[in-house]
Amino acid sequence: MSDLVAGALLLVGAVLSLTAGIGLLRFPTLLSRLHLGAKPQVIGMVLTLVAVGLRTDAPLDIGILALTGLFQLVTGPVAAHMIGRGAYRSGLVRRDLLLTDELADDLADDRGQESS
Amino acid sequence: MTTVVIVCGALLAVAAALTVVRLIAGPTLLDRAVALDVLIAITVVGIGLEAAYNQHTTTLPILLAVSLVGFVGSVAVARFAIRRPDE
Repeated sequence: MSDLVAGALLLVGAVLSLTAGIGLLRFPTLLSRLHLGAKPQVIGMVLTLVAVGLRTDAPLDIGILALTGLFQLVTGPVAAHMIGRGAYRSGLVRRDLLLTDELADDLADDRGQESS
Repeated sequence: MTTVVIVCGALLAVAAALTVVRLIAGPTLLDRAVALDVLIAITVVGIGLEAAYNQHTTTLPILLAVSLVGFVGSVAVARFAIRRPDE
């Protein structure tokens, strides 16, 4: 039974990885590609780790797997944030594809306060 | 289980190939950083797949180290790549 669940999780994890690969090629802008590295990829990895955990029974190994997933969840957003910040500040964001840009409003507010 | 692992391996291979295409095509440094992030994640999924199939846990420390250190590259590149539009 647990093998069946592990196989299904492995399959879903691989399909999510494939989704990330396809999207990386097809999506038009840096920010939309960033979304792929940050979401489907991380979920796919966590599902794979759960599958590995179902196939082993040593508590220590399950601890290592849990730590791996935790680190991935903690460090993934940091990397995505830094890349998004770099893209915004370098002017690599395509504004014609953005529906709303709250950061621009905030930056404008800050500049207004500094000059007054 | 064997069939599932073969199918998963094929899917991961295709995903890695598509990611490498984006890695080569760019067009910017940050695009490549994102692609490299995804490639690292696909590698981790692949190592996990092998560990799940053979039911051994020798490679789990590799997963731990890679998931802990993997983001340093992107952060460093992102810091390095920032340039003001007016410069």
